[in-house]
Amino acid sequence: MSTQATGSDQPQPTSLDPTSVEPAGLVSAAAARGALTLAAAGLGKDFRLGHGQVLHAVSDVSLSLYRSAVVALVGESGSGKSTVARMLAGQEHPTTGTIWLDEQPVEVRGRRAFRSYKSEVQYVFQDPFASLNPAHTVRYHIERPLRLHHGRLSRQQVGQQATALMEQVRLSPADKYLSKYPHELSGGQRQRVSFARALAAEPSVLLADEPVSMLDVSIRLEMLALLDDLRQRLHLAMLYITHDIASARYFADEILVMYAGQIVERGPAEDVTQQPAHPYTQLLVSSAPDPDNLGGALRNATANGNGAASTTAGPAPEGACPFSRRCPFAVDKCRSEMPPLVQISASRGAACWRLDVAAPSVYAERGGGGDLSS
Amino acid sequence: MKTDLGNHVPSLAGAGGGRGRFATEPVLSIRDLSIAYRTVAGDVRAVDQVSLDLHAGEVVGLVGESGSGKSTLAYGATRLLRAPAVITGGSVRYQGRRMDNPTNLLELSADQLTSLRWREIAIVFQSAMNALNPMLNIRDQLTDVMRAHLQVSRQEATDRAGGLLDLVGIPRTRLRAYPHELSGGMRQRVMIAMAVATEPEVVIMDEPTTALDVVVQREILGQILELKDRLSFAILFITHDLSLLLELADRIAVMYAGQLMEIGTAAEIHHEPSHPYTKRLLRSFPSLRGPRRDLTGIPGTPPDLLDPPPGCPFLPRCTEGTDACKTIEVRLAQVRTSVDPAHETACPFVLPDLPGVPASADGDVRAEVPGPAQSAVAAATSLPSTEELTP
Repeated sequence: MSTQATGSDQPQPTSLDPTSVEPAGLVSAAAARGALTLAAAGLGKDFRLGHGQVLHAVSDVSLSLYRSAVVALVGESGSGKSTVARMLAGQEHPTTGTIWLDEQPVEVRGRRAFRSYKSEVQYVFQDPFASLNPAHTVRYHIERPLRLHHGRLSRQQVGQQATALMEQVRLSPADKYLSKYPHELSGGQRQRVSFARALAAEPSVLLADEPVSMLDVSIRLEMLALLDDLRQRLHLAMLYITHDIASARYFADEILVMYAGQIVERGPAEDVTQQPAHPYTQLLVSSAPDPDNLGGALRNATANGNGAASTTAGPAPEGACPFSRRCPFAVDKCRSEMPPLVQISASRGAACWRLDVAAPSVYAERGGGGDLSS
Repeated sequence: MKTDLGNHVPSLAGAGGGRGRFATEPVLSIRDLSIAYRTVAGDVRAVDQVSLDLHAGEVVGLVGESGSGKSTLAYGATRLLRAPAVITGGSVRYQGRRMDNPTNLLELSADQLTSLRWREIAIVFQSAMNALNPMLNIRDQLTDVMRAHLQVSRQEATDRAGGLLDLVGIPRTRLRAYPHELSGGMRQRVMIAMAVATEPEVVIMDEPTTALDVVVQREILGQILELKDRLSFAILFITHDLSLLLELADRIAVMYAGQLMEIGTAAEIHHEPSHPYTKRLLRSFPSLRGPRRDLTGIPGTPPDLLDPPPGCPFLPRCTEGTDACKTIEVRLAQVRTSVDPAHETACPFVLPDLPGVPASADGDVRAEVPGPAQSAVAAATSLPSTEELTP
């Protein structure tokens, strides 16, 4: 990657003031849980499509992860949430922006740097059926990261640690599961193995990319409960990526809603789900199945809850609000100018020109003032 | 909220279809169907004596965990399974409007089945990416279906293909698109268009929206209901997401370890769940609306169907199990406290929580568990006839 122009020309900050990461002076709802671990500011990623076309997969994403806290990144497929996670995991070089780990700017280049970064920041993949190698036993999957990240360990030490890890993710008796192949395990058990593999490096940050969406509804809760338990016991800083905003309500401290590569709303989980401010968040919330509204709402679903246009509407023109094509509140300004993040409360913000119309009650309660037109 | 429930009062017409749920003969009637997978270690009893009716214009939801046999049931009933799956018993009666006499699908020859498939019973498969042919464009795949099952000319089929895309909300300009050029949601819409192309009487939908985003899922489900109202076919909707079914389905059948645990209208399943498994399922998904509830999930795993233990299959995971559960024969019987004879549960002991007491408010349902002696009585009580319940 040679397109690191913006990143390398700027003077690299050497240490990090946590308050400078969050845009518009917001304080993350997750900040109260623990110390700042992983932070990113102005993160952007462009993919070149050929023919001079560039896809802005992610633009200007800032977030911070704190020990013992969960931040949820919610959005539809293609919104760029996995790209954010891949950049945070060091698997993708950001086009713009900076990442800090423990207040040190991160420069992941070369295998050695990548490996040492990986021992702090681990990634859990979505699909437990594809992320485990079918030709290897569970033991291989668990012991390999142990050997890679912990220097020289005796065979006995590796065995002991593998057993301990299996018990940590509640796969017991450990020996029985260690000798199995992935195809002999259920989806939930495979995902537990993925968790154990990620924990083998003793990371401080866990990036979980849709960790439960491939699992049965009845098992999802167990998995989230397990993750929550691991978060508490190991003081993990966790990024939970999902398209299910309902699970984020229960599991996360802070929710970041992503649309077309940008964070359109951020704030405490309960506030964002109960009083969504951005029109896209409102659409997400109204689209979640509502058992209390039997049949009725679905029949009008083509009108889509809050009147948003169909998902088949094309992308918005460059420089406009990304949601303007589908937004029921869009005016000319939305189609020509990108809205900045407007502060709603100390820990909450939304990027929308029309907050006063889209979410009048939230807008009226906002602290700190700030005029939309300014 | 209360007004919505009107649709689901048992004796009223099935929502949307306009036909009384019990006034007409079911279009598809599965009786005591048993399906096994023959393995060297013995038979895996994937579906065990399941009975299920599907009426015209009705959405019946079939919910269960992976491995519960819900897909096997649907594919077995439509004779789509092949060895090592064997149908070991039961019957599947199909009575379409275009047919003079009911037929037993399990007795049809291969030729007879071919003429019936898609024309009468169509399926929307779970993975649209795998179900569509990557080498053919959308128009060719849609016309293929019509040319194979309806006597129409190539020109007519092409004309209709455009209309089908209109139905599912895809611009006609995409007719020449190949599957890889479409998003997941669009592909699933094409699958649905293909399923309704021949105006079938029954459409089986196997997790049609599981891989999709919530917003897209909602749009597609709305479209499915709209199509169903317009073309009045019956839907058997298979999913593991009960929260979705509560909103979508008229009736819901809860399946566990190859057997039906409970069946009732969506309102009954939601407000008066009777079987402990249904109750636990209802407490397994996070809700966006209302106060935060305590979520419990369902710890444990389903039993091994190769050698299922006697008695209730849910017993090892059930918090309300007693010794009596080890010997009961699992079969559906009317929920004693329900006025609807069609609200049936396989658990003879546990009753719905009292109205007004939310299921999640207190976990202590033990107090309501009657002694095993009463259970036999419950099963034997004669059911009131449907006429008595019709206003």
